[in-house]
This record gives sequence, C-alpha cells and structure tokens, in this order.
Amino acid sequence: MPVLAAIGRVVLAFLGATGRLTIFALTGLYHCVRPPFYPRLIAHQMVEIGYYSLPVVGMTAIFTGMVLALQSYTGFVRFNAESAIATVVVLSMTRELGPVLAGLMVAGRIGAAMAAEIGTMRVTEQVDALVTLSTNPFKYLIAPRLLAGLLMLPCLVVVADIIGVFGGYIISIYKLGFNPATYVKNTWDFLKTVDVVSGLVKAAAFGFLISLMGCYHGYHSKGGAQGVGQATTNAVVSASILILAFNYMITALFFGT
Amino acid sequence: MTDEYPKISIRNLHKSFGSKVVLNGLDLDIWPGESVVVIGGSGSGKSVLLKCILGLIEPEDGSIAIDGEDVIGMPPKERERVNRKFGMLFQGAALFDSLSVWENTAFGLIQAKGMASQAARPIALEKLAQVGLGPEVASLFPSELSGGMKKRVALARAIATEPEIVFFDEPTTGLDPIMGDVINDLIVKTVYDLGATALSITHDMASARKIANRVAMLYQGQIIWIGPVDEIDHSSNDYVDQFIHGRAEGPITMQVRA
Repeated sequence: MPVLAAIGRVVLAFLGATGRLTIFALTGLYHCVRPPFYPRLIAHQMVEIGYYSLPVVGMTAIFTGMVLALQSYTGFVRFNAESAIATVVVLSMTRELGPVLAGLMVAGRIGAAMAAEIGTMRVTEQVDALVTLSTNPFKYLIAPRLLAGLLMLPCLVVVADIIGVFGGYIISIYKLGFNPATYVKNTWDFLKTVDVVSGLVKAAAFGFLISLMGCYHGYHSKGGAQGVGQATTNAVVSASILILAFNYMITALFFGT
Repeated sequence: MTDEYPKISIRNLHKSFGSKVVLNGLDLDIWPGESVVVIGGSGSGKSVLLKCILGLIEPEDGSIAIDGEDVIGMPPKERERVNRKFGMLFQGAALFDSLSVWENTAFGLIQAKGMASQAARPIALEKLAQVGLGPEVASLFPSELSGGMKKRVALARAIATEPEIVFFDEPTTGLDPIMGDVINDLIVKTVYDLGATALSITHDMASARKIANRVAMLYQGQIIWIGPVDEIDHSSNDYVDQFIHGRAEGPITMQVRA
C-alpha cells in the first residue's frame, strides 16, 4: 500500500509540524509573562520593528490610499456615487488594507531579519552558548521578539490608517476636485469604532505571527548558510500565508453573521 | 563536594538520529579535578556526548549524573541550576556577534549571576588578561577578531563564571599549530587555576596529550578504551593505535560516502 503510506507520511509530518509550532508558540508566550524579563532587549526589538518599519509602511499606506480613491472614483462615477469614495477609502484602509499590507511589508522586513539572525545564531552554536551561560534562549531571544511584534504592529497600523486615509484625501481633493469639508465629513460619518478596533486586533495577531514565524524557522534552522537561507524564505512565506488566513478568520469573527 | 561521587557519571547512554545510532550504551566516569579528553573520528558522536551532558540533546536511554544528581528528565528550573556549574568553549567560539568582547566575557556574570554591568566589566577585563588579551581588545566586536583571538575570548567567557566543570569542543580546530599550542597551554593553566574538572573532545592528538590526565577513545557509540595519557602509546588496542598514529589502514574503517 505505497499510496496510503505516502499519504500517511504527509499527514503525520503536517500534524507533527503543527504540534511543534503550537508548543513553540505556547513556550514563547509562557516566557513572555514569566521573569526574568529583558526590558532592554524588548525595547531594542520594539524600535527595530516599530520605528524602522515606519518608512516602508508609510509608503505602502499612502500609495494604497491614493490608488483606492482613484479606482473607486472610476467605478463610482458611473453611478453618480462619488460621495461614497471617502467611506470606501476609510473602511478599506482601517478594516483590511492597513493591517494586511502593513503585516505583509513587516513580514518581509522583520520576519526575514529575525529568521536570519536567530538562524545564524543557531548554526554557529550561539543559541547553545546561551544555554551554557544559564540563559534561556526563549526568554532572551524569542519572548522579546514576540512581545515587540504583538505591541508594535498595532501602532504601525494606526499610522498606516492615518496616512492611507490622507492619501485618499489628497487624490480626491487635488486631482478629483472634491470639497475638502464634505470629504472629511463623509470619512468620519461612516467610520465606527469596530472598524478601527478590528483592524488593530488583526494587527496584533499579525505582529505575533510574523515574530513567531521568524523565531520558529530561525530557531530550527540547520546546516549552515543554506539552512539559514531556507529558514528565511520559510519565515516570510509562512508568515504571509498565515496573515492572509488569519485575516479572513478575524474578519469572519468580527463581521460574519 | 566529596570525592565519593564522580563529578560526571554517564551510564548506558543511547542516542540515535533516525536509523543512525550515534551513542550505543556509553559509560564514562569523570572524577573531580581531572581532565578527560575524549578522542574519536569525525562523526563518532563526540559532540553529541557533550550536548547530552549539557542538556541540549535529550538521550533516548541511560543516565547522566552530575555530582550524584541524575539530570535527565530534570525540571527546567533545576536543570538551569545544574547548568550553572558548566562552562563551555565551543568549536567555532560561538561569540555573540551583537555584543562587544567584554560584554561577551561578562555575559554569564551579568545574565546568570545578576551582576551589574559596571561590576562585571573589571572581572571581564581580568579574565581577558588571563587569556593574554589586553584592555584595548575589550570594546572590539567578534567580527573584528582573528580565529585565535576569538578562541581566547570564548575561553575567557567560559571561565568567567568560575565554573566547576569546563567543556572544550575541539579547542584547537581551525588554528595554526602554534596558536593551537598557545590555546592548549591556556586551557591547562586556566583549568588548573580554577581547580575545575575538564572534559574535552578532540581529534587533535597533540592537543589531547597536552591537556589530558586521562584519554578515552570513542568508537561506534562506546568508550572502547580509557586510560592515563602516558599509557596511550602502549594501549595494546588496535583501534587506539590506529587513531593516534593516524593510519588509514586498520580496524577502523571510515564511512566514506559518495
């Protein structure tokens, strides 16, 4: 029965990987809340994730906001529904595009860097060296990154939301000739707290996933430079896919009936 | 600690990776204050043995006792306490790239012993001086050091917390013979100064002769010969003879994969 055996192998490997990842995530979370803490390392990671990702997230957000305004105008003008553009821009940005695009950009920037850094530490035995120096690698390497990802992505998404809405505003006012006051009023009138909150919940989840994937693949990388390269690729690809999957699930939780 | 217990006592240790059996019922006792060198070919499981003792790899079967305490299956907290007795010099030095030389040296003092970094710095400088590195090196980063200097910093880091047991993983690999001998001298001196127990693994016989009190030969997952270093030339063991004279012909057949 070679076919059944092959299916069984794949299923077992998948279940094994899921289990390992879950244990890894739970261990990481456990060490996030148990002393000793490393405030300097957490602060360092927060700057790395939050501050240094601002340019790339800002650029992504402003062009997304601009293109949203432009695209919805070309569609809505046929139905004389131009006044809905402000609403479309603000809802798309806060609910979906802010968190997802910021998440994907940060996954490329931070997830890759984490996997490469921890992976190199693993293959050069620096992770083992931590253990021999009575330092738990989960506390020293992983918990600060998980916490920083969890906390900083929502901050980045707030910035992305604002910049994105502003991008839509610029195009609507200066290119499409809208009335600024009406545009701002339309933006505010249809924006509910839940739109922003759901976006920030997504952001926190994505931030955690990005750090988790970066740390997990880095921590388990083996076999020198090639292994680290593989870990980096896996971290970015798996983080991106998980972001899109979780995006759907969180949306269904908030807005599904 | 009394001399009743061996410092490290290993019984019937088994470890395999997939179908490859690496350790196959290994027994080894290391007594306080002695320096044991485990020799064996590449891939004979020397590193795996060290990692099992350190708790980095979980063996399938057997027991490892440190000062009479069985450490296998120990809760993590206890394990961390036992690990505080250890210092280790890694083969590739394994210095933290993001930290300067003195921060690397002081790492164990600051992280494990909770020392303030101002207090740890002079101790780190003193340890660096012991391995022949001046204060001008202290604020360099590992990437700016030569291989021999990295090994010295790693040695300083391994002894900074004044461990009771020091492990040396291929201490001379990748160094020229003279620098290798310098490192050997430093190992002998620092271990003697600390009064520590030392366990080294190497395939460099010059290094083994210099740092060992006793030599153990690891072959096919077991210690096939152990004895004082002066007896190694009259071991009347064909495997040991082949290894120490580095002959291609003999009872040991290297696995050469295509």
